[in-house]
Amino acid sequence: MFLINCPFCGERDQSEFSSGGEAHIVRPKQPTELSDDEWAEYLFMRKNIKGIQFERWNHVHGCRKWFNVVRDTSNDKILSVYKMGEKPPVNYK
Amino acid sequence: MKNKYSVFSLIKNALSQHENWQQAWGNPEPKKEYDTIIVGGGGHGLATAYYLAKKHNLKNIAVLEKGWIGGGNTGRNTTIIRSNYLWDASAGLYDHALKLWENLSQELNYNVMFSQRGVMNLAHNLQDVRDLKRRTHANRLNGIDAVWLNTEEVKKFCPIINTSPDIRYPVLGGTLQRRAGTARHDAVAWGYARGASEMGVDIIQNCEVKGIKRNGDRVKGLETTKGFIKTNKIGVVAAGHSSVIANMAGLKLPLESKPLQALVSEPVKPIIDTVVMSNAVHAYVSQSDKGELVIGAGTDSYVSYTQRGSHNIVEETLKAILELYPIFSRMKMLRQWGGIVDICPDASPIISKTNIKGLYFNCGWGTGGFKATPGSGDLFAHTIANDEPHKLNAAFNLNRFVSGDLVDEHGAAAVAH
Repeated sequence: MFLINCPFCGERDQSEFSSGGEAHIVRPKQPTELSDDEWAEYLFMRKNIKGIQFERWNHVHGCRKWFNVVRDTSNDKILSVYKMGEKPPVNYK
Repeated sequence: MKNKYSVFSLIKNALSQHENWQQAWGNPEPKKEYDTIIVGGGGHGLATAYYLAKKHNLKNIAVLEKGWIGGGNTGRNTTIIRSNYLWDASAGLYDHALKLWENLSQELNYNVMFSQRGVMNLAHNLQDVRDLKRRTHANRLNGIDAVWLNTEEVKKFCPIINTSPDIRYPVLGGTLQRRAGTARHDAVAWGYARGASEMGVDIIQNCEVKGIKRNGDRVKGLETTKGFIKTNKIGVVAAGHSSVIANMAGLKLPLESKPLQALVSEPVKPIIDTVVMSNAVHAYVSQSDKGELVIGAGTDSYVSYTQRGSHNIVEETLKAILELYPIFSRMKMLRQWGGIVDICPDASPIISKTNIKGLYFNCGWGTGGFKATPGSGDLFAHTIANDEPHKLNAAFNLNRFVSGDLVDEHGAAAVAH
């Protein structure tokens, strides 16, 4: 359990948010050209990192907007929050 | 077996104040090389090693465990065992496990306290009723015992359930699998460890895997905190940490690791002699032999490796428990904990070869792996020994995420495990 600093509403309890999983998975530009392997990679395969992970969250019980979070999944510490479409902070790998 | 447990050994050791019991499994230092290494000393990993030695006659096996055996999800689950899954592939897999459970204490000469007290799944709306009835029919076609109970029969089977039509989610009936039940989770790990150790398996605790060495498309060995260990077959059974190990081999798995919580109450006199699960209000409860209520529910929604879980999940779980069992309203909860469960998109496990030769994965059990422990070990051992899956786990391969041939047990099973 932790607090998330929504870029639109400020700091709120995590239970107000829903997790959208790994961020920056780009939707295939030409879906008809994709092989089965590429589809599997896009749809199912996840980094599932223990450590610093880039992920999407939705403030579902608040402003209902999506945004990105950098979080350490080994201790749930949130390191950075940034809006959709913004470049991920470079100081985390 | 050298030190067979029996009533006579109990009496003999009682005479010496129980001070001369022999260590149940060895504590060796790792050798330089093994034929097969199992990564993960939980129930599934130890069972795999046990069946590799017992049924496939393999020698020179090691189980590497980063902490202590059975200290991960094996020691953190709510010990529910059942096999009433919807799809044929799952029914085959889980009922294979259930059949092994039925003789496991005798097989291991270790009391795993397997108790077939029945598992009841409740229906709270018309769709639940349709789904659960469909599941009982599917179960019976697969030779798995299942009956539908109406509200009065539910009340008769478990009198403390609130079956009043006035509650928010009234009980409209339920399914019952009488062969289902619970077992003592620690004993399962210890029993398999003792059995495997007896057959010469090296169980190496406090030994964390740090890297996988490859020679082209074939595994060569493992970097561990106790040095490099050579091997050409690695079976990974690392539950929540499967993706971490896969990453060491340059593989990506279709998994997300999330905290799943459980909690126990203060011990009380026997009050509930079965296991009751409810998906719509999402909570399940049974009572341990010590008298504690064992309660569990859903996972957190986000990826985390913290083994804690969120407070709001506990709150929702207990709300559900109180609605169904008002009698528990003044119970005090003693302990709460979390385990990290690796969840597949189709909520079915992976027991599979990979595209790297000699590397096998047994993962993705998600929220319901304990029930499958013996079957999972048996089938994974078969897969490793023969380099081919058994027909019971053929459907649970990694390639199903490419072919699209998923075993979609989300909602089709009883969601909660």
